[in-house]
Amino acid sequence: MQTSTKALSGAVADIDDLHHEKLLKAIFNLSLWNFGPDVIDALLELIVSLAASNGKHVDSCLDMLVSNFTPPNKVLDMLKQPRGLEKKERVLPRVHAALKNISELVPMAASRLSSIVLEQMPWKSKRNVDQWSMKRQLIYVENMFKLESGAIREFVGANMLKDVMNVLRDLDVAIGWDDILHDDSSKGVFMIELEDENYADGDEDADADGKLPSTLSEKSLSKNLTAELLDSLMVQTFEHLESSVSNKRLSEVFDTLLSSFKDTVLNTYKSKFTQFVMFYACALDPEHCGTEFASELIDMFVGGHNPLTSRMSAVAYLASFLARGKFLPPAFVASYLGRLVDWCWQYCVMHDGDMNPKLHQVFYSGCQAMMYILCFRMRLMVEIPLLKSQLFCMPIDKIFKHKLDPLKVCLPSIVEEFLKQAKAARLFTSSKTFVFEDLLVSNLSRDFGGLERLDMFFPFDPCLLKNADRSFIRPNYVYWKYVRTTYHEDIDDDDEEDGSDGEVEGAAEFDDDMEEVIISRSYGDNDLEMDEFDYAMNKMSITPRNNSSAGLRMPSRIRPSMSPESL
Amino acid sequence: MEGLSVVQANLKVYVDPSQSKNLSSAIFRELSALLFKYDDAFDGVLLAYNVHAPENKGRILPGVHPFIAVRLEAKLLVFSPKPDMLLEGKVVKVTEESIHVIVLGFSSAIITDEAIRNEFKYKTKHGQGLYVNRSNRRHLIKAGTMIRFVVKSMNEETLHIYGSLMPANTGSVKILEKFSEHTNTESVTINSTPKKRRSKEKYEVAQITEHGNHYDPSQNHYDPSQNHYDREIKKSRRS
Repeated sequence: MQTSTKALSGAVADIDDLHHEKLLKAIFNLSLWNFGPDVIDALLELIVSLAASNGKHVDSCLDMLVSNFTPPNKVLDMLKQPRGLEKKERVLPRVHAALKNISELVPMAASRLSSIVLEQMPWKSKRNVDQWSMKRQLIYVENMFKLESGAIREFVGANMLKDVMNVLRDLDVAIGWDDILHDDSSKGVFMIELEDENYADGDEDADADGKLPSTLSEKSLSKNLTAELLDSLMVQTFEHLESSVSNKRLSEVFDTLLSSFKDTVLNTYKSKFTQFVMFYACALDPEHCGTEFASELIDMFVGGHNPLTSRMSAVAYLASFLARGKFLPPAFVASYLGRLVDWCWQYCVMHDGDMNPKLHQVFYSGCQAMMYILCFRMRLMVEIPLLKSQLFCMPIDKIFKHKLDPLKVCLPSIVEEFLKQAKAARLFTSSKTFVFEDLLVSNLSRDFGGLERLDMFFPFDPCLLKNADRSFIRPNYVYWKYVRTTYHEDIDDDDEEDGSDGEVEGAAEFDDDMEEVIISRSYGDNDLEMDEFDYAMNKMSITPRNNSSAGLRMPSRIRPSMSPESL
Repeated sequence: MEGLSVVQANLKVYVDPSQSKNLSSAIFRELSALLFKYDDAFDGVLLAYNVHAPENKGRILPGVHPFIAVRLEAKLLVFSPKPDMLLEGKVVKVTEESIHVIVLGFSSAIITDEAIRNEFKYKTKHGQGLYVNRSNRRHLIKAGTMIRFVVKSMNEETLHIYGSLMPANTGSVKILEKFSEHTNTESVTINSTPKKRRSKEKYEVAQITEHGNHYDPSQNHYDPSQNHYDREIKKSRRS
């Protein structure tokens, strides 16, 4: 085999694509995974020579190399074993070296490579995921990341990242949220911690069954192969981001991710988890990536030339990001909150009209974003004198007392929580009485939310992908259960003395030891073991209990905690 | 180097209405999409363009998806190698069977052993292949050498050139320049030329032609299947 291949390499110029069609077909159908290193080298030399000798062979040669990103099924099965790993180490580096050689000899080949990689993707949207397609997809994406960071990244890197983001988004959207979610719109209250009666009674059976009564859980998702694939791909993506940090390439990678996010994820309202790629990238470099992300979102929101839904989506992302990012310092949050408040106030000044949810959708989405951020961060900001004075100087009360009446239009659950905290902090007290009756939504919020229901869009709600969440997101994430609110002051004063308040809010600074700061922000003296934490997590519903109502897309609701914060 | 020409073109560019606020960038984006592709209208590969102040207005064409047609004049640098033209490129690989060359950084060329004159003999030195001229041992062709060769043919679809080193005036540019007393053909040296040659670097124009060139909508510039156009159309519908 080796001899004949080498002989063919010497005669590539004489190989005709028509007369030697069968020969070429036989060559291009070979799987490198079946051969030893010497034969692989000879075959790859032949492929490279074919591509360089005749432009008509370039696509076929690239096809052949890309098809060798995934091994045959028998090797796929043992990829995690030493033998499989050895084969992988034998084949893949050589394939990538051959791609590099072809790019050097045929510069235009690089522009063809991206589209060929996309065409050969094992999993395409609207297809079911099975075990085989899952394994193939994982190793395929691993190769895409190799291309992204490899020798020809200049030509194909950006496209590889964008295609991976598109796959994540497609898988995300394919997970039927309504299938696994039980929603109760009649019980709309501001809740993240679900006080399930059965659990309060210590219903062991429910837990033993592996499902929570009518609540969302990681376990229901774990039975979903699509979710499992998405989870594994997210972990791969996070690991790639970490290696980009080591290679000092994160800012370059982030630029591409941000561009892809704006093009595809931002306006995909069914996206539940894909956006956490941005979240984690910002967690790895809050000072640059975090700033860039937040700046991009606020600019998109205030930019009047942007489509309405994009602006509303951008501010929802901003609010969720500033609320949930444990790695974001309070000063950072205050600065972007200030910009948001300024914009809302300017809007009030320019629009002297009365309340009209449909006409002033952008305004109401901005106000809701303000309240959402403050629900999570008010206590922290109020504790820092400089930020407290900044907060109190913001025209928040003027906005909420304006004729446009955002308190009536925005999501009742958020308004209720905000008013409670603002009153406790003496930031703002409404002269009107609002009776929400534990409503999550109102007709008015539905009006301003529009068809896409952007009034209920909280994109960085807890990630339910087990592996992605546990190892990557969780240490950087603010959970509502652990947020100290302004009205919990008395209890928390005691806890502060103990140092065991379970504080997990990001009072991080942008210093060199971010990782240390993040890790040190754990759960106080009563740190839970991972399994116990999972159990506690399962109690935290981000969705209401009972049957879903039509049209609801986003799961999150947040309720005031019914029990003391401490564990 | 032959094959390069500057053409003056009258163009009509069709812009999606969603881009009407920023016509210039839409036009540049459209023209950039043509770069490094063979175009029948120009009979060559567009390498660069210089647009003369596009009009800030255009006619709206009626139809289901109305476009704005903007007229403009542009100077275009076109690469259109024809058989028997002399080209220059950098050698990237030498084997006993062939020499692989990159022309202008994007077009790959191959010169097979049958198209290399007998004057050149293949040798291996330090594991690298090279061709040595039998009558002048200093005349070497190896990876990194700039060579001049004659075009045999070109595949317009793949921009692949088949070349020849048969004529006596082909080979290493450095050696040819050194020993030639007169140059009849205008030459261009690009890529790793000595600094003193840089003054000749931009092309010495072979010809300028007046083209009354119009874009035919059936040309592949506004292919609705292209993603970004779909997106632009969708956005404009939404808003």
